[in-house]
Amino acid sequence: MGILLSGADIDRAIKRISHEILEHNQGINNLVLMGIPTRGAYLADRIAAFIGEIEGAVAVGVLDITLHRDDLRLRPPKPLLPTKLPPGGIEGKDLVLVDDVLFSGRTIRAALDAIGELGRPKSVQLAVLVDRGHRQLPIRADYVGKNIPTSINESVKVHLSEYDEEDLVELIK
Amino acid sequence: MISGHLLSAADLSKEQALNLLATAKELAQITDGPNKKLPTLRGKTIVNLFFEDSTRTRISFETAAKRLSADVINFSAKGSSVSKGESLKDTAQTLQAMGADAVVIRHGSSGAAKRLADTQWIQAAVINAGDGTHEHPTQALLDAFTIKQHLRPDSKDLSGIKVLIVGDILHSRVARSNILLLTKLGAEITLVAPPTLLPVGVSDWPVKVSYDFDSEISKCDVVMMLRIQLERMADSFFPSAQEYSRRYGLNSARLSKLAKNAIVMHPGPMNRGLEISAESADDLKSVIIDQVKNGVAVRMAVLYELLGGAPLGDSK
Repeated sequence: MGILLSGADIDRAIKRISHEILEHNQGINNLVLMGIPTRGAYLADRIAAFIGEIEGAVAVGVLDITLHRDDLRLRPPKPLLPTKLPPGGIEGKDLVLVDDVLFSGRTIRAALDAIGELGRPKSVQLAVLVDRGHRQLPIRADYVGKNIPTSINESVKVHLSEYDEEDLVELIK
Repeated sequence: MISGHLLSAADLSKEQALNLLATAKELAQITDGPNKKLPTLRGKTIVNLFFEDSTRTRISFETAAKRLSADVINFSAKGSSVSKGESLKDTAQTLQAMGADAVVIRHGSSGAAKRLADTQWIQAAVINAGDGTHEHPTQALLDAFTIKQHLRPDSKDLSGIKVLIVGDILHSRVARSNILLLTKLGAEITLVAPPTLLPVGVSDWPVKVSYDFDSEISKCDVVMMLRIQLERMADSFFPSAQEYSRRYGLNSARLSKLAKNAIVMHPGPMNRGLEISAESADDLKSVIIDQVKNGVAVRMAVLYELLGGAPLGDSK
């Protein structure tokens, strides 16, 4: 077990990602954020809060992908988590999906399907705190907190103070 | 999460029931959007096995299954080989051979769903959609959902809600399932009925009993009217329909005594003019249409939990 990112590292990564999102989208005009629960939703809130400090309020939503998972029939069913449309919806918006760890890419594939149920954004971008590689689908992130090469047998665990005890990213072997 | 079958409201723990209601709320929100269809149960086959007539329940289960992309086969006893004398066992084995993943069964005999689930006739998940005068668990779930939606949207359970269930308790599977579920969720239930329409042993149930509708109606948050089930009444349980209606029917005069935020419920189909007057059924306090709408979301939640994944304990 090793610590990959400290609380301060996470904070810096979120601030940099926020700046990159603003730079790439030229401000907040057409921007909405949607976090994938559980921790992606908290990350989206943090990014929105920081963007709020530097440019102004941006709409945030929550996107549960449980019903669109491709491994549904391989596992026991999971309870659904809330989905909340951002105020103003997603139709025609530049939508930034936010998640904690990018791994196989299957969560994001499911998220793209789930977005299709809700409307048709102008563009969909992806922000993740950690990219640990081992993609099984042709999916990449637009904004990455930290690229961490891992072995397939390891796992990366993100802790956020809203849900866990503290801010931390650790590698579990 | 629930697994296996859904045969009785008594099988659900409080936590499982609240989980189902939360899942139903999410599903209701999703299917309110522009795209009502989810891919979750693609490739699953659900059989609606209806030995008794039904409009609401069958259409509701069919809609729920189709919104989750399952294939639905509707089977009604009329027009099938059951009318030639085929047994439940043979019918079940036929469905098994056709690869049904779930069977939604309504039957005139109490315990039919349990019989189907307990035997090895069929491997599918069995959902009780009404068995005789015994139980109708998804109706109780949708009633709990509707009560929570209108009266307790932000609290965890239904603590302190006063529910009046009025009418033919004796023959009512809706009442039995509701009593089991709503008391578990914290509601207090009072039954109002003529003595002839109360079952033997009702004093052992966790409910209060009254014969006086007028004295109870002003004290409740929910008044749930039950249908007078003429098809199950071989004997005479009350002198005349007019007398029943006068003493136990919901009319405008009684409606005006209800508390300001109280709601009127009915599982349908209604006998307008008998247990509920047309004005009461169409009043703003009536949530009868909401019950039907919520039925789809609640049944989607049940189908999702029973069929949405591998059996519990079977994950890799």
